[in-house]
Amino acid sequence: MEIHTDVICPFCGCLCDDIEVTVDNNKIINVKNSCGISRSKFMNNEINRIYHPSIDGKTVSYEEAVKEAANILANSVRPLIYGLSKIDNEAIRKAVYLTELIGGVIDNTASICHGSSIIARQTVGSSASSLGEVKNRGDLIIFWGSNPMDSHPRHLARYSVIPKGKYIPNGRKDRYVIVVDVRETRTSKLANEFIMVKPDSDFEIIQCLRAAVRGEKIQSENIGGVPINVIEQLANRMKSAKYGCMFYGLGLNHGSTKHLNIEALYSLISDLNHYTKFVVNPMRGIFNVTGAGVVPTWLTGYPFGVDMSRGYPRYNPGEYTSIDLLARKEADAALIMGSDPGGTFPIGAAKRLAKIPTITLERKQTPTTMLSKVVIPVSTLGIESSGGVYRMDEVPLEMRKVVEPPKGVGTDAKVLEDIIAIVESLKRCN
Amino acid sequence: MNDIIVKGGFIFDPLNDINGEKGDILISNGKIVAENKNRDIKVVDATGMVVMPGGVDIHSHIAGSKINAGRMLRPEDHRKDVVKKTKITRSGVGYSCPSTFITGYRYAQMGYTSVLEPAMPPISARHVHEEMADIPLLDKAAYTLFGNNLFTLKYVKAGDIEMLKAFILWLLRATKGYAVKIVNPGGVENWKWGKNVSGLDDLVINYEVTPRQIVTSLAKANEELGLPHTIHLHCNNLGVPGNYETTIETMEALKSIKPKSGRKTTVHVVHCQFNALDGDTWANVRSGASKIAKYVNSHEHVSIDIGQVIFTDTTTMTGDGPWQFRLSNLSGNKWVNKDVEMEAGAGIVPYTYKKGNPANSIQWAIGLELALQVYDPWRVYLTTDHPNGGPFTFYPKVITWLMSRASRNETMLEINKACMRRTNLANDYREYSFNEIAIVTRAATAKAVGLTNKGHLAPGADGDISVYDINPLNWAPSKYRDLEKAFTLAKYTIKGGELVVKDGEILSTPPGSTYWIDSTAPNEGELVKDVEVDFRDYYSINFRNYPVEETYLPMSHPIKLEAV
Repeated sequence: MEIHTDVICPFCGCLCDDIEVTVDNNKIINVKNSCGISRSKFMNNEINRIYHPSIDGKTVSYEEAVKEAANILANSVRPLIYGLSKIDNEAIRKAVYLTELIGGVIDNTASICHGSSIIARQTVGSSASSLGEVKNRGDLIIFWGSNPMDSHPRHLARYSVIPKGKYIPNGRKDRYVIVVDVRETRTSKLANEFIMVKPDSDFEIIQCLRAAVRGEKIQSENIGGVPINVIEQLANRMKSAKYGCMFYGLGLNHGSTKHLNIEALYSLISDLNHYTKFVVNPMRGIFNVTGAGVVPTWLTGYPFGVDMSRGYPRYNPGEYTSIDLLARKEADAALIMGSDPGGTFPIGAAKRLAKIPTITLERKQTPTTMLSKVVIPVSTLGIESSGGVYRMDEVPLEMRKVVEPPKGVGTDAKVLEDIIAIVESLKRCN
Repeated sequence: MNDIIVKGGFIFDPLNDINGEKGDILISNGKIVAENKNRDIKVVDATGMVVMPGGVDIHSHIAGSKINAGRMLRPEDHRKDVVKKTKITRSGVGYSCPSTFITGYRYAQMGYTSVLEPAMPPISARHVHEEMADIPLLDKAAYTLFGNNLFTLKYVKAGDIEMLKAFILWLLRATKGYAVKIVNPGGVENWKWGKNVSGLDDLVINYEVTPRQIVTSLAKANEELGLPHTIHLHCNNLGVPGNYETTIETMEALKSIKPKSGRKTTVHVVHCQFNALDGDTWANVRSGASKIAKYVNSHEHVSIDIGQVIFTDTTTMTGDGPWQFRLSNLSGNKWVNKDVEMEAGAGIVPYTYKKGNPANSIQWAIGLELALQVYDPWRVYLTTDHPNGGPFTFYPKVITWLMSRASRNETMLEINKACMRRTNLANDYREYSFNEIAIVTRAATAKAVGLTNKGHLAPGADGDISVYDINPLNWAPSKYRDLEKAFTLAKYTIKGGELVVKDGEILSTPPGSTYWIDSTAPNEGELVKDVEVDFRDYYSINFRNYPVEETYLPMSHPIKLEAV
């Protein structure tokens, strides 16, 4: 029996790095320090696993599967490579190279989650911090359209609300916590103040807040279900914080005003820096979705929705993003890894994935594997293989493996490398 | 690997006192050798051309969270400079925030073979190394940020130089860093409360230490340890008119530090142009370059690099968060800020240096004035603080300004006349020689950072060579356009004994080494105990997950210090 300490959890963007995993005979028998979801991920790693590659549902050898995958990709006109959020940085690098090689489009799950945040950042910039600064200095914590108690269960305990920090000697007592949301949540119950807003009214509320921060008088009595005096109070509280921290979630990304919400929010935070120190951080979801943006950015200049069909990278969200390519029936082959678009995409896009030859690298049975032509099993990053990843605040960490993967199952990077080798030789022949 | 002979060129090898003499350079097994009896030798004909050691850039933001945030921030910058893949090279984007592969290609095409990344936040060191692994053709090293680090402030406050020394070595090893970088000492920590420092004797909030104490303590520790490079210092008050006084005061504070044996300098002041402003406001700003140059000329303990401004659209990025906020307010451009726990911070703002803008035209002149008025080229280096003053791809332009007064005059006629009235550039007749260019772009920079196998062509040196198609005998300063052309695309670049560029085109893309300091202080046990406690309490990651694994460096080149 061996105990692994300082293990990094492969679930959400928090990347908690204090997990203790007990392994007996290559089997995980206990997990400590983790949240419920993390525990379940470690303990149930073997459930629903895929152990053998398949083509059209029939088990084949690894070599056959890789060859078929390479053939599909090399012979397609507009291949799409999508996912990347649960694979390590090395595999993402290889995926970008493969995309370049086949003149495809590469996109990650930001496309359907925090893509609006990226667009907003490109428009107005943003003031951010690493999570340790929040722990050490944050005396005003605001969660806007995010419910970490359910989505990032240890965020409050490790970084944002509970912990004592260098300048927050009494932990929770030294912080004022506000939740802004459309309904009560488990997080709002823990807050000092809960501000309920009408759905899809964030944009006007934030803009009013900006006006209030600048000391402008607002005529309306009520904006988005929030009385104006509450907005003014909030503005004053934000201005008088020593180190204010805003965390926002998909609630803001997915209203009808999408990136305009986030632009308004980022501008609000920038405005506040004229009065005090204020930072804003998106609550990124999947554990390496941040890396899925960071790595393609250093290789291509762009974080998601990158088209390589002209031999150089182009970027245009809405045009080179996955759902759009699929809905327009443009993509004629797909390679999916580190994501389950079959379960998360709109039906029209998912149908297209089922129609074209789709190759999926996966650990477990998912809706996507069921609609794929080629399925190649891979090891579980963070449990069965090591690798570099980025936390939601872009702090890079190296995950460590605790058990050996099933026999004959390699890492995402290894499978990509084998596909690339065949594609390279096919391209040379042409 | 073929052995190579570079035949018949005019050799500029200032570290070995070779100034334009005709000769051959022999390379075998990646190194320069005195003789080579191998018959299978590749001949590189450099007849009528300039031969220099490969360029060594002492300060250029090429890798890590800052430049990458700049890339993410600026799709509009990439669009105007796209790079297609070829059979040999990867695709990417260029201009002010080039993607990693393109960074490597473009430096090599200009004859540069080593580049030092000047600002590595310790907690995101892995990011820097991941990107450097994707920059081919260059040897690299990264300077670790120390100036606002919790432990630095703590040991400086306690006056415990031995713990500070142990900490420097421990952190350099943990981050695989190469030198001690200091950015706006104290100011970045204060910025975490929305404040700054305005001079050497202001207090750091909660620590009661001053920038003066921080820089002198780090410099003392740095020299006692005998690190290959001095402290690499971004002074306080960057971008504030009148700041030349702070800069000189800072230099003066470091005068009494005893340098490590074998060198005279105790501080390298980076991108000095931004810290050489006279006047009271941006409205009446004038050049303070003469005052700085006068000080540097009479004090051997200082070296500087110029941080030349280029008239173009670029992306500014520094660890100096408060300055970037100020610049965003001055320019109205989008602003990115990042506070990094216990260690550092950063800011990014796109900026266009405009010819018609009086302040920008003065900044342009200041950089050149510094280069021309500091008489010892071994202590003033060519940089644009890429991409802060402008992209590194403009180095050939800077070279022509330094070598040709006619070229300077041409630019001066196009820009705001404030440059004539509030600087002395128009009165400066000095023109750099090829030898001096070789000094400020490779020989002196390699020497300053202590890369002893770089920057020269004596047997035993690394086989890094650049050949430029320009004949120094026929050249005159009036032909500055030919010069710019020759330095823009090297005729040949040889990296580690391999011919990688011919006629400005990439032939192959070998990876480069990463240099880092691998030494341990005798009191490291005590240090680690102390660090671990604060780590548990204040960091958001565990101590064991902090150090960068050596596997992140594909060609790791650890350096052991002699003195320790």
